Parts: sequence; structure tokens; C-alpha cells
Amino acid sequence: MKCQICSKRTATIHLTEISEGVRSEMHICEYCAAEQGIAAQSQMSINELLSHLLAVQPSDEEIFGPSEADQACPSCGFKLERLRKEGTLGCPLDYQVFEQALLPLLERAHGGKTTHCGKVPKRIPKDTQKLVELSQLRQQLEQAVRGEDYERAAKLRDQIKQLE
Amino acid sequence: MKLTDISHDINEWFSGAGPLADIVVSSRIRLARNLADHRFLGKCSAEEKAEILENLKAVLMSLNLGDEVFYISVDKESDLNRNFLVERHLISRHHAMASGPRGAVIARREFFTAMINEEDHLRLQVLKAGCQLSACAEQIDRIDSMIEEKVDYAFSPRFGYLTACPTNVGTGIRVSVMLHMPALKMTGEIDKFLSAAKDMNLAVRGLFGEGTEAASDLYQISNQVTLGVSEKEIVSQFENVIIPEVADYEKAARSQLLTKKSDTLDDKISRAMALLQNAHLISSHEALFLLSHLRLGLNMHDHMGASTPAIERLCALRAKAKADERNALNIRTINRLFMLTLPAHLQLNHGKSLDPTHRDALRAQIIRDALDQQC
Repeated sequence: MKCQICSKRTATIHLTEISEGVRSEMHICEYCAAEQGIAAQSQMSINELLSHLLAVQPSDEEIFGPSEADQACPSCGFKLERLRKEGTLGCPLDYQVFEQALLPLLERAHGGKTTHCGKVPKRIPKDTQKLVELSQLRQQLEQAVRGEDYERAAKLRDQIKQLE
Repeated sequence: MKLTDISHDINEWFSGAGPLADIVVSSRIRLARNLADHRFLGKCSAEEKAEILENLKAVLMSLNLGDEVFYISVDKESDLNRNFLVERHLISRHHAMASGPRGAVIARREFFTAMINEEDHLRLQVLKAGCQLSACAEQIDRIDSMIEEKVDYAFSPRFGYLTACPTNVGTGIRVSVMLHMPALKMTGEIDKFLSAAKDMNLAVRGLFGEGTEAASDLYQISNQVTLGVSEKEIVSQFENVIIPEVADYEKAARSQLLTKKSDTLDDKISRAMALLQNAHLISSHEALFLLSHLRLGLNMHDHMGASTPAIERLCALRAKAKADERNALNIRTINRLFMLTLPAHLQLNHGKSLDPTHRDALRAQIIRDALDQQC
């Protein structure tokens, strides 16, 4: 297919626009696309991808209501809109302040998982270590139940009760 | 230590040794960590970044890593030196191009780097030759635990190690394996592999990471999920399932080349030999692909017993090599030519910056000289 602008080169970029219910298509070459200011980007960084992904999600207001969208972290002043633009958070506390907003994003990025499993720093307080252990055991229990391994599930349930 | 102390040879992890070395070039594990009592870098002033840098630099330089370590103020280095560090995979492109106070602590033998103030306060990486992920995991865990004794990392019971970007949160681990897969490309099956990798939630990138193409038929394959799966599980899945499967896929493509497309294979190897032995101007991009075909020929001979007219000619060239191991035509020599003719390496070793044409001439001469020694 030839480019619709120069009619010489092969069209490698195919644009589809739907405006007021009317669909229109455009097929152009990379050279004319660059002339028209339409960049053909083959690879994106994760951060870019994340901000693009976030950009097509419902707005913060739609998900969390106006108060959540305007909420700022008391420690660093971070607002959710920044995550959409830059793909990064402002400070460690943001994970707590914006937990509800982050959960769906974490689920998508980590194959449905939202709870840590793995290494724990030795220096964290004993209470926190217990919390981590409990949370990991609960996750294993869930997996055991899902896998219908009831013997293992019973053992895990006992371990959880003991820790609690 | 000066960068020119390391720039004349390749590092250990790129020596062409290790398990599955005919396909797996190197294994890397990276951990992302942040300090508990500081904001993430995007919200830090230059002063706060400098404070983090000084703190982490002092901790890292005091560790016993079993090797001499040196520190580089990345923000104060020239563009050429920064590019050199990227070419050697000692820092990321992001670290080279970021702004503000930042640095890197590097082990002399280059198996370990700590990037300070990259996207996170601290990015640790361990690199080894071939498929050695368990060994990388063990070593990086030991180093991480030593650091953890001296600093408080940002950690939450629910989300694990907290990172600036939520895509790294949890273990903060990125397991990455560099694979040489020229046969899949020659048989036209590389796209199938790329889409299979995508379906398995794996990221596939080019030689220098995010956004780079697969120069020299080298691909980096890495995990994307860092939350809810332990470090052990990720490493074990890569080492015992994913990498052997991908390697088998490439091996099958190599066998297919021998049985069904030996003309294609011989054409690639013969052209590579002819061009590399005779060209007077050669771009980095072209050299990388031609050297890739020589590497394929030698590996197919050594690991599969392959014997085609072009492979035999390549091996005859190798047989004439002088006794000197450093100059023998082996995978190590090919990797050395590969790395030492990258633009920043060329210029650093030449002692001045060169325009692209001069670089192409110098590159061609270095490769010609190396291959001439075989005759």
C-alpha cells in the first residue's frame, strides 16, 4: 500500500480515527509521518508505557471521587496525577497514603499479585516481621486452597492461628 | 583507578565461559532499594540527593566484596566516560543520562556494580558469564544483607521493598539473561519467540536494555513481576525452566539451519569472514552482526560438531592461530573485538574523540589486524 500523502513510499503507519461515531483511516509512510509530527515509536520505556497505560484509565475522580484525586501525601506533597505523568511515586509513605488507588495498578503490573513474598530486612521491628510472615502464610493458604491441597491448607491455618 | 585500566580487555562475565555458554552469554541480577528516611529521587532536591549519595557511598566502600572496589562520580564524568560505562554494562543508560549527584561503586573485576541515585536510591547488580543465576542470586543477597546491616531500607509488610516505580516493588529483583540467538533470526522464528515471551510476562530487550535493538543477535530476557513471587521462585523458574527452554529453541533452530538451510548459514559466515578480513570502514552496527555470525559458526562447531564448508574454513583459520591464547580465534577474542570496537571503547583507548568515519576506519583496522594474526 502506497503512502496517502506522497504516493511514492510504502505506507508503514496506519492510523484509525473515530470521531463522533465516524471512522476514518489513514495510511502513510514513516517519512511523511515525521513531517506531520506523528512519531513512530517502536519501543517504549516501562515508565512511558506505564504513564500511557495510566492515561487511558478512568480519571482519578471517576475511581476515587474528588477528594482522593486531590489528596496530597502529607510527607512529600505527591498527588496521583504525577504517577500518571512520570510513572514514579514521591516517597515510601505514598504506598500507604494511596494504597487503594495503587492496588489495581499493582495487580495489573504483577500478574494479579498484591502482597510481598520473599526477603525481609533483618532490622525491621519484630512486630513488622510477624505481620510479613502472617501475610505470606495467608497467601500460601489461599494458593493451597485454590490447588485443593487441603492437608497443606490445614497446616498453614494452624501456623497462622499460632502466630496470631 | 582509571577507566583505561579496564578498557583494553573484556570483563569476566563477557568471556564466553559458563554453563550453556554457546547460547547464554551472561546472567545478571539487579535489586532496587531505597532508604527509609528519604523521599524518592523525583521529589529530592540536589542537596538531599548529595546526602543520599554520600551515605550510600560510605557504606558501599566499607564492604568486603572480595575484590578491589572503585568509585565513580557519574555526574562529574565526561560524556565519553559515561558512554564507556554503559557499553560495559557497569551503569544503565538511564544512570548515564540522569541529572544531579549520582555515582557508581564498581568491583575491579566488574562482577558487581552499585548505582547510587539511578531511578531508586540504590540499584545493585551482579553479573556472571553463562547461565549462573543461582550464583548471582546468592552473591547479591549476601551483598544486600551486608548493606542492610548498616542502613534502613524502605520496606512495607504488605508491599515489600518500596521502589520509586510501582513496577519494581516487592522483591525489587530483576533477573536478566543475555542470549545469543542468531539461528532463530535466520530461520525467521524470532518473532514467534518474542510473542511467546510476551505471553509469559517476560520482557525482551536489546543489548543495552530498555529501548535498544537486538544488535549482534543478542537479546536480554527478564522478569516483569516483582511482587508476590519470592526471589528464589523467580530465579529457579528462570534457571530451570525458561532459559533451558529458550536455549533448546535456539538449538533446534541451529539444527534446522544445518539440515535445511546450510547455504544460508554458510553464506552468513563466509560473508562475515570476508568483510571482517577486508573492510576498511565498518560501522559498529555492522561489525556487531558480522562478529555474531563468526560466534555462531565457532559455537556450532564446538558444541554441535557442525561441519559445513564455511565452518571448516573458519576453523582452519582458528587452527592457524598462534599459541598465544589472547590472540587465538575463539569466543573470547570475538567478544573482545565486539566490546573493544564499540564507539566509547575505541575513543577511550585511542586517547581522543573521533568522528564516525575515523571510528569506522579504526574499528576495521583493529578487526583486520586481529583476524590477520590468525593467518
